[in-house]
Amino acid sequence: MSLRILAIDDSLTMREMLRQTLTEAGFDVVLAEDGIDGLTQLPDVAPDLILTDLNMPNMDGFGLIEAVRAGDVAPRVPILVLTTESAATLKERARQAGATGWITKPFDEHSLVSTIRRVAAV
Amino acid sequence: MAGAIDLKDIFFVEAEELLSALEEGLRAIQTGAQEADTVNAVFRAVHSIKGGAGAFDLKPLVNFAHRFETVLDALRGGQLQPEPALLGALLHSSDHLADMINASRNGTETDPELDQRVIVALEAQAGMGGHKEEEAFVFEPLALDGPFGMDLSALPLTSLLRKVTLTFRPHSGAFASGHDPAFLLRDLCGTDEVEVELDQSALPVPGGFDPGQSYLGWTVTLQTERSDREILAIFDFIEGNCDLTLEAEAETPPDPDGPLPETSLAPSAPVVVAAAPVAAPPKPVAPPKSPDAPAAASPQPASSAPSASTGPRPTIRVDIDRVDRLVDILGELVIHQAMLTEAIEQSPGFGSVEVDRSLDQLRQLSRQIQESVMAIRAQPVKPLFDRMHRIVREASMAAGKSARLVTEGESTEVDKTIIERLADPLTHMIRNSVDHGLEKPARRDEIGKPTEGVVKLSAAHRSGRIVITVQDDGAGIDRDKVRQIAIEKGLVPPNAELSPQEIDALLFLPGFSTATEVSALSGRGVGMDVVRSEIAGLGGRVGIASVRGQGTTLTISLPLTLAVLDGMVFEAAGQTLVLPVSTIIETLRPDIMMRHTLGRTDSVLDVRGRCLPLIDVGAALGFRRTLKPGEGEIVVVVERGDDGAIALMVDGIRDQRQVVIKGLEANYGQIPGIAAATVLGDGSVALIVDPSDLAAIGPNPSRPNVFLAAE
Repeated sequence: MSLRILAIDDSLTMREMLRQTLTEAGFDVVLAEDGIDGLTQLPDVAPDLILTDLNMPNMDGFGLIEAVRAGDVAPRVPILVLTTESAATLKERARQAGATGWITKPFDEHSLVSTIRRVAAV
Repeated sequence: MAGAIDLKDIFFVEAEELLSALEEGLRAIQTGAQEADTVNAVFRAVHSIKGGAGAFDLKPLVNFAHRFETVLDALRGGQLQPEPALLGALLHSSDHLADMINASRNGTETDPELDQRVIVALEAQAGMGGHKEEEAFVFEPLALDGPFGMDLSALPLTSLLRKVTLTFRPHSGAFASGHDPAFLLRDLCGTDEVEVELDQSALPVPGGFDPGQSYLGWTVTLQTERSDREILAIFDFIEGNCDLTLEAEAETPPDPDGPLPETSLAPSAPVVVAAAPVAAPPKPVAPPKSPDAPAAASPQPASSAPSASTGPRPTIRVDIDRVDRLVDILGELVIHQAMLTEAIEQSPGFGSVEVDRSLDQLRQLSRQIQESVMAIRAQPVKPLFDRMHRIVREASMAAGKSARLVTEGESTEVDKTIIERLADPLTHMIRNSVDHGLEKPARRDEIGKPTEGVVKLSAAHRSGRIVITVQDDGAGIDRDKVRQIAIEKGLVPPNAELSPQEIDALLFLPGFSTATEVSALSGRGVGMDVVRSEIAGLGGRVGIASVRGQGTTLTISLPLTLAVLDGMVFEAAGQTLVLPVSTIIETLRPDIMMRHTLGRTDSVLDVRGRCLPLIDVGAALGFRRTLKPGEGEIVVVVERGDDGAIALMVDGIRDQRQVVIKGLEANYGQIPGIAAATVLGDGSVALIVDPSDLAAIGPNPSRPNVFLAAE
């Protein structure tokens, strides 16, 4: 069984890129457009890992992480934040919200996949 | 990466949407119409462009967007106030960003010096100057195959194993944040020789076990080539959520940061540690909720789906070729339906109620399909209108004028093809309005007008057509000057008696330009004649109206679609022709008394006291010279643009039906009086007449008789 990933990003380009990269790497990918969308899909998707952007409309990445951690659906799922922000403060904020780790955009396929394998496996 | 080209296409499509969101947001801030989220949305737009550009390694774009974003971030954070000068600079930067994206789409780059000038001007305006080149944003590379930020040259080239001892004890917060110690230990061990010691002394007595808590610790002793930094990098995600110590033999060559005999990453996140004791399986460690994320409080995400009610309706993106193919097939369907109807009407079975009803049903269904397909192609004019704000900004700056664009009816939907082909003529018309229509601010002040001129762009559906107007509140057309120029250029004879409307229409003559000095923008060799022919190419027409001192209004009137129209099939001079039903006002069989002759050849028809130019369609199109008895006895009154109606003499009216428009321009160029052609039910070709163009030809054409020659 392959690893199931819920990837959340408001940018269509990013979503498409994640879909292609992760599918090629052999993962199952479900896409969501923002925090609310991701949270709504969470019970159906039951992901092994969540990848989320931080800066999004409606509900941002921090809100999503906090909601997932506080909810009953998958409170312990590894969550990696995808962000162009390499600033330490944002990483710290994400960590405090409950993020498992981070990936800095732009990423290459190899780094994306190896980071995912660091925190989740099947 | 496979499919990278497609992704780039997606990026450019998305970038376009982001750019218009950016510009719209900035304009909303400028006019004070912003909402709570506007500044955030503006920031996000630039941020997303930066992210996408980074993915495709478009460095100048990333740099520009990053510096742009930094200013927006300050605006978002309240360190900057949205003052007019700053907004001007922001809009200018947004325009330049659009140019940069456009350039990369075309595989080129904008002038780096210009990029620099624009962004430096913005930073200066924001009081954030002094941004040095070497501070230019560089994405932090993430090299996960090696350790974070490690300088590969610092690695020992020879195989030198050393002993490293590491103790690791995760906090319970680590589980709550999705960490799994097993993966960390796996990565830590790697392919090295290891000894692992488990410390389970903290395990509670049976019965007191809480699966949300962390009770275990490990001591791992490695024989490794890896540096301390590489090893610690494995734990960077969990840093703060664990106790970690490292003891190691000195590295050779020494670590550039000096030896790290003991490193502790432990007690740096008290918040998470403090949260640990409340952990319990059904409600595990809950990190502190920030008050500005109310949705985070929802324990049942599945039941709360606000996006379904408030978000945009779901859409799909379809390749335009597929829709075009549908339109083509639909055109064939309409033709075959007409053929079928004709065949049945001529067959002996005709007259049965069932057949009649079925035919009627078929007609209605194909019309519904047509409307649905057209609705797919229809798009609001908003993106097109949005682009015009920039034109006004640039044109007014270049002409030393102050102007603002006001738009109306932005949600009016128009066929996509029409929208695309409207961009150029509309741009020219808007430039023209700013350049020639509006007065300079000083002059406006003198005559008591607000110094800022207004160009109003509006769209509306009107009697089966789309009407787009460009209205300025400028000086209006100086008719004496126009007339004088036309005479000087030999466009009209010096003694010509011209009505105000006729003088206005002179502006559309090829090569006409009233600007005494050629301005930077209008002096591009494109005149209003080009605008007119471009609009005519869309089956539309341009009208002009002007009031001295109050302004000029240009009106474009367009068909709703380029594919199908409701036509009235009629006969003239033995030809089967089609008139667009939307232009027909009435049909009548006039009395001889209603007809009056003007001069030698022209005549008018008195329709209830209103004298309309009377035109024989057969003669105007060159099918005949004079009318024979029994010909031209039926008159169709049609409107021609904004300036009244004309009466067309025809020989007979056949019926009214939907016809599929087949363009002639590709093969025959523009034919005066003819808009397009169509295929009738019997398979014959009929020409679709353009009434307003016919009026321009007049009743007595003095050109070679192309149609008679062709026969």
